[in-house]
Amino acid sequence: MPKPSPIPDDVNKPFWDACNERRLIIQTCAQCNRMQYPPEKTCTACGCATMTWREVKGMGRVHGYCVMYDSRVKLLQERQPFNIAVIELDENPEIKFFSHLPGTPPDEVPVGATVRLEFEQTYNGQLVPEWRVAE
Amino acid sequence: MPTKDAPASMYRTQEGTGLWEHRGKVAVAGIGQAPTMRRWDGVDLSKSVGALSITAVQQALDDAGISRDDVDGVVTCPLGMGDVWAPRPYFAPPYDSEDGLTSLSADWLVKNMALRNVKYTAHGQSCINTALVAGIEAVGAGLTHTCIVLRGTGNLEGRYHQMDEKTFSGRNAFNGVWGWQLIPQIAFGFSQYCRKYNTNHDRMAPFILNQRRNGLLNPDGYHFNHKREVLTVEDYLAARWVCKPMSLLDCDIPIQTAGAFLITTAERARHMKQKPVYILNHCSQRGVVRSSCETLDETEQFTDHIARMCYEGSGLGAKDIDIFNPYDGFTLFFQYFLEGFQWRNVKRGEAHDFYASDISVEGPNPLSSSGGNCGNGRTRWWGQRDCIQQLRGQAGYRQVRTRHETAIAGAYTAGYSDWVVYSTHPD
Repeated sequence: MPKPSPIPDDVNKPFWDACNERRLIIQTCAQCNRMQYPPEKTCTACGCATMTWREVKGMGRVHGYCVMYDSRVKLLQERQPFNIAVIELDENPEIKFFSHLPGTPPDEVPVGATVRLEFEQTYNGQLVPEWRVAE
Repeated sequence: MPTKDAPASMYRTQEGTGLWEHRGKVAVAGIGQAPTMRRWDGVDLSKSVGALSITAVQQALDDAGISRDDVDGVVTCPLGMGDVWAPRPYFAPPYDSEDGLTSLSADWLVKNMALRNVKYTAHGQSCINTALVAGIEAVGAGLTHTCIVLRGTGNLEGRYHQMDEKTFSGRNAFNGVWGWQLIPQIAFGFSQYCRKYNTNHDRMAPFILNQRRNGLLNPDGYHFNHKREVLTVEDYLAARWVCKPMSLLDCDIPIQTAGAFLITTAERARHMKQKPVYILNHCSQRGVVRSSCETLDETEQFTDHIARMCYEGSGLGAKDIDIFNPYDGFTLFFQYFLEGFQWRNVKRGEAHDFYASDISVEGPNPLSSSGGNCGNGRTRWWGQRDCIQQLRGQAGYRQVRTRHETAIAGAYTAGYSDWVVYSTHPD
């Protein structure tokens, strides 16, 4: 069963468009150079309204996880149980992504392991970032 | 003009402001609790959120020994806890909308309880604790002198909050796609806690059992009235996973009921029926996370912050607090509050050791003497109610044997919570 899909809006459309090109970009403040994820209208640190986008290489680390057995999101219920891992980005570990960790059985998540970016199609064809434990 | 949310200025969120300016000048004079039930059947309107709310408010007025005409303010948390009634057809007025059926606005209460002298109304969104601190601040600021604070919790048939959505927008797009919501957040946080402090889920058992035990000592609670089952360690360890490491018994059970508090000035309270319970402080946490989830570091920062604010504004310290009732639904975030407030000198990473000691209401460290929401059903006000009852000496079977002159209660999560500090003395 495919994942639910994001609906891009004015703020985050560049991010989702880049995913469809299999690129991962992170919103970055033009004034204080701070990376920000998820995207917002302004920098949550300095308030600057000029935000740019920076492409990252797509490597990270498993920060932690839980295993979902009873999701409220019906579209995901057929996957149960499934991992939800928190991934910290190599370029800035404060930036956290979620991942179902494709290829990693439920509850066998190697916390601290290196992960590599890949993309997965949602139910309507939108690509979203996913992460796989690096060999 | 429909009632609006209380403005952000009503919530005390900053450290460094010293004692609360209305410290000891506001008091709780009445409490009311409607009967509890697991669900509303959708038929018996005498058990609707609206009807139960009127019952709870009348109890609070009777408890204080005053009449409806004495009330000049109403603050409710209008948010229902379960699903809405629509698209099913509504009933005859006053049950011709969600208001009164699955949620409860201040306007509904004023109209349907004929509170003709009410001049001030406001809403505290999200939680009864939000409404409670807004009501307390309103009395302190002189916007109302005798204020009802109320929430009704609705629970209809079926599993609620099931999401048919195939799409998510805005910030939700960055978590909903992966099924990340509050439950995974709490489960993930707890797994980080266990890793950091070398502990595990099994060690929650003494706390879970004590919560149920305290709940079974509360004649007003759901379990006392409908499910008198003592939990065992085996029950807890066998409970099914909801989101590992969170099991079903780490979650409070949704119920249908209503609860009310009567807040007034300390001066007026002295002339009412009950011994006043004075309010020394209220404060609120409105945390902002750095990225897509709340990390354990942020959780600990948030709970350190709210504890410091509670103590600073009240002039009390951890050693002064007799009764301690943080929110427990989910049980897996309770330890952040216990350790943040350092109640009974419990430091970071020590909660599970503390749970293994005597935390019964008869013992020296009567933790969460209310039984909380896991012991009584989800309302988020059992802790506040227990603080008031304990300080009055009216907690019945749950009455602690230790000193009971000061108390703290609050909810909801580490990142978003509202707290009240109580005392038997105004200064």
